[in-house]
Amino acid sequence: MNIQAANRLTPYMFLAPAAAVMIIALLYPIGYMVYASFLDWNPSQRIGEAEFIGLRNYINLWNSDSFWESFWVTIRFAAFVVSIEMFIGVGLALLLDRQLRGMAVLRTIFILPMMIAPIVVGLMWRYMYHPQVGVFNRWLNNLGFDTIPFLGDSSWAFASVVIADIWQWTPFIFILALAALQSLPSSALEAARVDGATGWQQILYIKLPLMLPVLIVTCLLRLIDAFKVLEVILVMTNGGPGLSTEILALRISRTASEFRQLGEAAAMSNYLLILLMVITAIMFVYTRLNDARLARIRAAGAKAAQAEEEAV
Amino acid sequence: MSQGHIENRANPAFYVLLICLVVMSAGPIVLMLANSFKLNVDITSPTASLFFMPTLQNYETALCEFLPYEPEHLRRCDPTFGRALVNSLIISLVSTALTLILGCMAAYSIVRFRFMGRDTASFTTLIMRMVPPAVLLVPVFGIWNEQFGLDGTRSGIILVYVAMNLPFVIWILQSFIVQVPIQLEEAARIDGAGPFRVFFLVVLPLIKPGLAAAAIFTFRVAWNEFLLANALSDRNSRTVPVTIVNSITEYNIDWGVIMATGMLLAIPPILFTFFASRQIITGMTAGAVKG
Repeated sequence: MNIQAANRLTPYMFLAPAAAVMIIALLYPIGYMVYASFLDWNPSQRIGEAEFIGLRNYINLWNSDSFWESFWVTIRFAAFVVSIEMFIGVGLALLLDRQLRGMAVLRTIFILPMMIAPIVVGLMWRYMYHPQVGVFNRWLNNLGFDTIPFLGDSSWAFASVVIADIWQWTPFIFILALAALQSLPSSALEAARVDGATGWQQILYIKLPLMLPVLIVTCLLRLIDAFKVLEVILVMTNGGPGLSTEILALRISRTASEFRQLGEAAAMSNYLLILLMVITAIMFVYTRLNDARLARIRAAGAKAAQAEEEAV
Repeated sequence: MSQGHIENRANPAFYVLLICLVVMSAGPIVLMLANSFKLNVDITSPTASLFFMPTLQNYETALCEFLPYEPEHLRRCDPTFGRALVNSLIISLVSTALTLILGCMAAYSIVRFRFMGRDTASFTTLIMRMVPPAVLLVPVFGIWNEQFGLDGTRSGIILVYVAMNLPFVIWILQSFIVQVPIQLEEAARIDGAGPFRVFFLVVLPLIKPGLAAAAIFTFRVAWNEFLLANALSDRNSRTVPVTIVNSITEYNIDWGVIMATGMLLAIPPILFTFFASRQIITGMTAGAVKG
């Protein structure tokens, strides 16, 4: 009896420490943030002294042009970055999916940009984009062109930030796409080749459709991460010039620490969280549907095999 | 068909492409490495060249506290960076160890046991993965100093990092634990081992590659993180990213020293990448592909 009770408790004993930490330092703070978003609260006050103002933070943000500008900068950034990275990453994977010598070395070098601190990545690019010191403008000068204000002009700044992110994260997509490619069933490709499919036909009708489930998950993961990008932009432009590169995460941090509006920052965090929740929900539903579909195919296959066996 | 394959392999265009890719992805890093060995005069001079006298001065400035001798070019040793380096090391190592221990236990329980609340636990973990650090900024401001009294301490930062990394670690380790043949565990149990002994002596040694991958990712997040460390640290508990951002002012940047500190911050992740790229790739694909 005692042993049985102990057995029933075992999973909870394994789970409890992690659950405790996550509840204390993750779930509770998020709940706290939801509460704080209804307050007019600045960091010099204790939270009990802050005035309860209902939905006013949300309404103010909703009516604020600069919030919407940040919002659209975020969406634009994520859309540009993810689509370009998917295109280049998958393209490279299709191109380099062969037995090349030195592939391992290549992959190792590709991972480097992702592993290095975002702060350092921002630093590197800030140096390279620098109007006088930076390499890009030096090359332009040496070739006889004018200096380009990579970080000083709003549309250039946005493009520069996007390029830095593409440099850092395309390898992620490349590696996942390559893994997906290399785990494709060789029988399908073999059959296509025997039937005389050209390289392009193989890619369009066999490889891409079979990779699609992995690609969609990769794309959604990257999308979620694109909304988290903050440090690279903070170091490169700190959101400027104007609001041209101020994505939401950066705006939250500036509202909290520079403008000292904790309530407003919390409300903004909630908007961002809702946005991410929607993307995550899509990913979750998609993986579930996909699993169900695979299970159905497998079940159908098993049934067919059984029927065949019985017929024999 | 096989002929085509050989042709492709010999095609020099591919090797040109490969070299371009390597130059593009490693170029900025090499450039920073080179600059960290230059004097500011060499960095800012309009006639930048590939040839310069490499110097360790920038590194000496950054690490002056640990040097047994007094660097000649320094009037006064600024211990900020040295202290930050120690803080960063302690915080990342401790939080990585804690995250791994708690994470692998939780992952094991989610994978191997059927119990009430299992689905909730697994779903919460998945959802928590997407929370951006920026979202934790506001609550952390309030809770850590008012309620936990952990403001400005290393433990406060460690607590946030453990909580932040747990969902990811649990998610990754689940896919490794599933692959452990359950017969092994059953055999151990029949031989009279309790659940904890089964876990530590049978399961853990079998998921070493997963643990390595998870450790690298956790360490990387803790080592590189800026935003929350900035909010939670005071003068004595600042980490390296925080000091780097603090030393970037709008106009007058000491490029040489800042590149050297950046390089020092980048070295551990670079070493991991060179020695464990296989584990990193496994971890990345396991995290994304086996959702």
